[in-house]
Amino acid sequence: MYRSHVLVCGGTGCTSSGSQKIRERLEEEIKRNGLEEEVGVVKTGCFGLCALGPIMIVYPEGSFYAMVKEEDIPEIVSEHLLKGRVVKRLLYDETVKANDEILPLQETQFYKKQHRVALRNCGVINPENIEEYIGTRGYEALGTVLTTTKPEDVIKIILDSGLRGRGGAGFPTGLKWKFAAANQADQKYVCCNADEGDPGAFMDRSVLEGDPHVVLEAMAIAGYAIGASQGYIYVRAEYPIAVERLNIAIDQAREYGLLGKNIFDSGFDFDIELRLGAGAFVCGEETALMTSIEGNRGEPRPRPPFPALKGLFQKPTILNNVETLANIPQIILNGADWFASMGTEKSKGTKVFALGGKVKNTGLVEIPMGTTLREIVEEIGGGIPGGKKFKAAQTGGPSGGCIPAEHFDVPIDYDNLIAIGSMMGSGGLIVMDEDTCMVDIAKFFLEFTVDESCGKCTPCRIGTRRMLEILEKITNGQGTMEDLDKLEDLAAHLRSNSLCALGQTAPNPVLSTLRYFKDEYIAHIVDKKCPAGVCKALLSYKIDADKCKGCTLCARTCPNDAITGSVREPHVINQDKCVKCGACMEKCRFGAIYKE
Amino acid sequence: MKSLEELKAIRERNQGKIGVRSESETQTRVVVGMATCGIASGARPVLTALSDAVQKEALTERISVTSTGCIGLCQYEPIVEVMEPGKEKVTYVKMDPDKAMEVFDLHLKQGQTVAKYTLAAQQL
Repeated sequence: MYRSHVLVCGGTGCTSSGSQKIRERLEEEIKRNGLEEEVGVVKTGCFGLCALGPIMIVYPEGSFYAMVKEEDIPEIVSEHLLKGRVVKRLLYDETVKANDEILPLQETQFYKKQHRVALRNCGVINPENIEEYIGTRGYEALGTVLTTTKPEDVIKIILDSGLRGRGGAGFPTGLKWKFAAANQADQKYVCCNADEGDPGAFMDRSVLEGDPHVVLEAMAIAGYAIGASQGYIYVRAEYPIAVERLNIAIDQAREYGLLGKNIFDSGFDFDIELRLGAGAFVCGEETALMTSIEGNRGEPRPRPPFPALKGLFQKPTILNNVETLANIPQIILNGADWFASMGTEKSKGTKVFALGGKVKNTGLVEIPMGTTLREIVEEIGGGIPGGKKFKAAQTGGPSGGCIPAEHFDVPIDYDNLIAIGSMMGSGGLIVMDEDTCMVDIAKFFLEFTVDESCGKCTPCRIGTRRMLEILEKITNGQGTMEDLDKLEDLAAHLRSNSLCALGQTAPNPVLSTLRYFKDEYIAHIVDKKCPAGVCKALLSYKIDADKCKGCTLCARTCPNDAITGSVREPHVINQDKCVKCGACMEKCRFGAIYKE
Repeated sequence: MKSLEELKAIRERNQGKIGVRSESETQTRVVVGMATCGIASGARPVLTALSDAVQKEALTERISVTSTGCIGLCQYEPIVEVMEPGKEKVTYVKMDPDKAMEVFDLHLKQGQTVAKYTLAAQQL
C-alpha cells in the first residue's frame, strides 16, 4: 500500500510535451531513494489544464506541479516525496498565495467554477486498471440496473434526467433509447460515436483516454435498456492512445465478466468491438458512421428511416456520443433528479468544452449548463493574453458560429446558442481577440467543409466550393456588395437541400459572421481594408522614416530583398517585391515598421 | 462477474486507495515530520504504518496522512501532528509504529487524545 500517489497525466496533450519521460525518470528516482514501497506512480487521463503540461499531482497533499521538467524530478523526489517539503518554486503559481500558503487546486480560478461529472475520473484513476474504476463505484450502475431495474424503467430514468446528446444537436437521449426499444427485431445495436472531428475539439478523446470503462459500462446499460447484445465504438485512428486504452479496457471487462455472457448472472449478454475510422469528418454523421462500420465508403444516406428503426445492418440502432455516455452511470447511481438539478430549464447537467484560441488557460473544462461565456473566458480561461480585447468566441466548429462580445453574458445552453446563431456542437470553444479577421475565420471553416464534403450530394459538394470562392474573392479585395447577397442565397440553398448535417450546417460560420460582423465584410469590399490586419492582399508593410535608424537589420532579414536603403538612412519597402511575411516587422528594434 | 457483492468486494479493496487522491477541508490531517532528523529517528515506518492503516480501513475520505519537513523539535522526533477541523492541534512525540497504531485506534478512530504520548506530557 502506498502512502503517497504521484499522478502523472498521460493524456495526449501532456504526452506530447514529454510526460512519458517524466514518469520514467520519476520511477527511477523513487527507486534510487528507496521509496518504491511507499510512493506509487499512476498514469492518468487529462487533468484539463493542458496549457501547463506536463502536469503532475502529488497526493495526499494535492500539490500541483506544472510544466514539469525532467531535471526537476530528483529535487521533487528527495525534497517532497522523501522529506515532505513541497517544492513551491515548481508548483502551479496560482496555487501558491502571496503569503506562501498553498491553495487547494479546486480553489484556483481554473477549477473553481468547474463541476466534473463526465470527467470525474479523468486525472484521478489509472485508466488501464479496471479495479481503480471499480474503486470509484465503477460498474455499480450496470450491476444495479441488471439485477433490480426493468429496461423500461432505465429509459424512464434517462428521460427524466433531461440528458440531451452531447455530440451537437442535443436530441434527448432517453427519447432515442425509447424509440429503439419500441422496435422489435432479432438483433439491435448500440453504437458509440467517438469520431470527434471538429477542429480544436478533444473532449471525447480525453474521456476515452482518462476513463474508458465509463463508456463500456454506459453502452452495456444502453444495450440492456433497448434489448441489444452487441455494441460498436467507432473511434478515429488518429487517437492512438484512446484506441490502446479502449482495447485494454475491453479485455479487462471481458476478463472480469462485465462484458460477455450472462453479466451479473442476469441472463444479459453484451459485447463491444472497436471500429477505427480513417478520419473523414463526415463519418461523425450518424448514417455515414454506420455505413462505415458496415465496411462501405462512409457516406450518409437519407433519413427517414431513422437509425432507431433501420440503423446498422438495417437493424434498430442507437448512436450516442462519448460524453453523453459518460453521464449515464452517474445518472443511474445518483438519480434523475440529481442530474436535472444542474443546468438550465431545457439543458440539464454539465457540458465539457475544449477551450482554445486566444486565452490564457487552454484546456478541458466541464461547467454546469447556463454558465456564461464571460465566466468561461475571463474566469476559468484566465482572460486573453497580452491585454487584447475579446472579439468573439466560436462554438460548434464548422457547423457552428461566432458569439460576439455583445452576447458575452448569455447563459450557455443548447437553445440560447441556437437563438444567437451558433450551436453547442460537440464542445469546441475557440476564443478570438481583436487580431482575428472574421472573414478569414469564415473562410477557414469553409475550407475545412470543402475538404471534408463527401461529394455524394450536389448542394454540399458544389455549394460549399462556390461559397469559398466568393470568400476568397472578398479577402483578396475583389469582392462586390452583390457577393454578400449571393452568399446568403447559397447558404439558404445548402441549408434546405443538403443530404446530411454536414452540408446543412456548413454555411453557419459565414451566416453568423455576416450577422454580427457585416462591417468587416464591407471594409474588405468597399474600403479594400482588412481591419484586423490579417488578409495579406489587403495590407502593406511600410517603414516610418522618422523612426527608422537605418540599422539595415530589416533589409538583411527580408527573404525577398524587398527592402532597400543605405546605412543610417531610412529604409524603404518595395511593395512590388514584398511578400508580406512580416519578418521585418518582428525584427525591427525601433518599432519603425507598421502595416496598414 | 456474478453478483453485486463480488463487485462490492473489489470496490472496497480499492476505494481506500483512490481516496488518497482527494482533498477536502473537512478532513483530519495527520502530518508526520520527515526531515533528516525525523527520518534518522525512524519516521518512515511510522508514516507508512499510519498511511496503511487509514487505507485498509477505508478512512481516506476523512483522514489524510502526509509527510512534512522539520517541525523544529528534532530531539522529540518522530513527531506526528493530528489536526482536526475546528480543534486544536495535537502533537505526539517520540513515535514508533506501535505507538502510532495506538494513536490511530484511540485518537483517529474514537476521538480520544492519547495524552501520554503528547508533547504536553513530556518534561520539557
